Amino acid sequence: MHLEQVAGMEWLSPDVIRMVLKSERLVSSAKPGQFLNVRCGDSYRAYLRRPISICDVNRESGTADIVFQVRGAGTELLAGVKPGEFVDVMGPLGNPFKPVQPGGSMVVVGGGIGSFPLLLLLRTMPEVRRKALLGFRSHEAVVLEEAFASNSERLEIATDDGSHGQAGFATNLLERCLEQEKPDCVYVCGPLPMMKAAVGICMHHDVAVQVSMEQRMGCGVGACLVCACKTRDGEGFAYTHVCREGPVFDGREIVFD
Amino acid sequence: MSAEKTADLRVNVAGLRMKNPVIAASGTFGFGREYAEYFDLSLLGGISVKGLTLEPRMGNRPPRIAETPAGVLNSVGLQNPGVHRFIEREIPFLRQYDVAVIANASGSTVADYEAIVEILSDADVDCIELNLSCPNVRQGGMTFGSSACGITEVVTAVRKKCRKPLMVKLTPNVTDITEIARASEAAGADSLSLINTVLGMAIDIETRRPVLGNTVGGLSGPAVKPIALRMVWQVARAVAIPVVGMGGISSGSDAVAFMLAGASAVMIGTAGFVDPMVWPRTIGEITEYLDKHGFSGAGKLTGALELW
Repeated sequence: MHLEQVAGMEWLSPDVIRMVLKSERLVSSAKPGQFLNVRCGDSYRAYLRRPISICDVNRESGTADIVFQVRGAGTELLAGVKPGEFVDVMGPLGNPFKPVQPGGSMVVVGGGIGSFPLLLLLRTMPEVRRKALLGFRSHEAVVLEEAFASNSERLEIATDDGSHGQAGFATNLLERCLEQEKPDCVYVCGPLPMMKAAVGICMHHDVAVQVSMEQRMGCGVGACLVCACKTRDGEGFAYTHVCREGPVFDGREIVFD
Repeated sequence: MSAEKTADLRVNVAGLRMKNPVIAASGTFGFGREYAEYFDLSLLGGISVKGLTLEPRMGNRPPRIAETPAGVLNSVGLQNPGVHRFIEREIPFLRQYDVAVIANASGSTVADYEAIVEILSDADVDCIELNLSCPNVRQGGMTFGSSACGITEVVTAVRKKCRKPLMVKLTPNVTDITEIARASEAAGADSLSLINTVLGMAIDIETRRPVLGNTVGGLSGPAVKPIALRMVWQVARAVAIPVVGMGGISSGSDAVAFMLAGASAVMIGTAGFVDPMVWPRTIGEITEYLDKHGFSGAGKLTGALELW
């Protein structure tokens, strides 16, 4: 566990907030796809830590960002932390995304709050041709557009209601994209149905795909075995654990129910 | 400066000898590998490993955890690699450390319990903790552990096979835990550990489904501490064999309370999810308490509760 000082808090949308942590330790250790297990204070209303993916690091300012949606007691408490205060974090935890070779090409597909870990992935691969396809509910939910735009050669956004970018889902953008080109790898993070669809599209086009899975966690380090995720095991399946064996998996390994 | 004499932390729980009374509770600590990255496992008195069965088990469908006020519901369902893999892979790892190894064993039939205890009796473990109280598996032992005749049947059978100190873990999901405790003692248990989790439930009113994939699960964490403390106190008075207390312990003062209530040692689990240093921190806090209050050893705390 480490106490990290909060350098800034910034609302990116009515319910999504960025917490900037001043931490050379995180800057030098965080890899894209990894997460922090963050304690939300000492309240018994939010007893467990919250796993939150690392969204960005900034070497110049020596800061690492986590971005999260406020949707319960724990994230409400975290959103109330003031700059200058400290938060208790474990991590970086979990396995990062596997990079593509320099000179190659990649596509990231993010759904809503699942987009956040993909930003750090794009930033760490400047020598790769990068395309970002993001889906949000509506215009109000679109966040980090500039950051994604400046860390990719092309950014496309879809909204469910068509109020920003194209009407539809990120998976519609992916389908069109793969009909035109075949990247070395597609990276997906978002709601389960969206990841299932995206993996199906990638398999149909025979393109490598990595997914970042989400599951309710306990310890965050692989000891308690609660964050189970169905993965292929011979003819059947096994339960592997998102915190330790993931959160990043080869999309073809996941059994989506 | 002359070193002040600090209290002797050693405890002996019916043949299970430990350098201090703090044990990592089964199911929260894996086989120790994960937390070995956070602190030296040799600091611990003991480790009760993830519940073992004869064959590997893949566990219950997710979600397997629900947060509740001051607590956690889980329905892992005894996911484990099986006793043979534990012996091959995990015991050698654990033996790198100076820590007592407690093998937590489960089954669904009396024959299962006999077989796994026989296997573990030949393995390099310091104690066998019989899990007769898992609430998450249809036949995870709770069917045996929740009646005196069930517990008598299993413990009597296992006792004949067991060549290690035999600790029986009790479920709180019974009407009178002292009856179960006395039955365990009469059937040959060397010690008792309690409480396992309290059967509970959480519902997501938006999806109108149970939060847990298994519908119900076991509650642990600070929320269960008063229940656990009361049961440890009742059981410690009802039996002559040592009792290991657990249920919501997250500090030295919690641990001391359980020992005052009659526990010879304590297990800590869920609190480690929040603070992975809770185990070594608790050992330090127990030592401070003993020194501050002039107790010469941890064993002096056991049952030192003064009643009104």
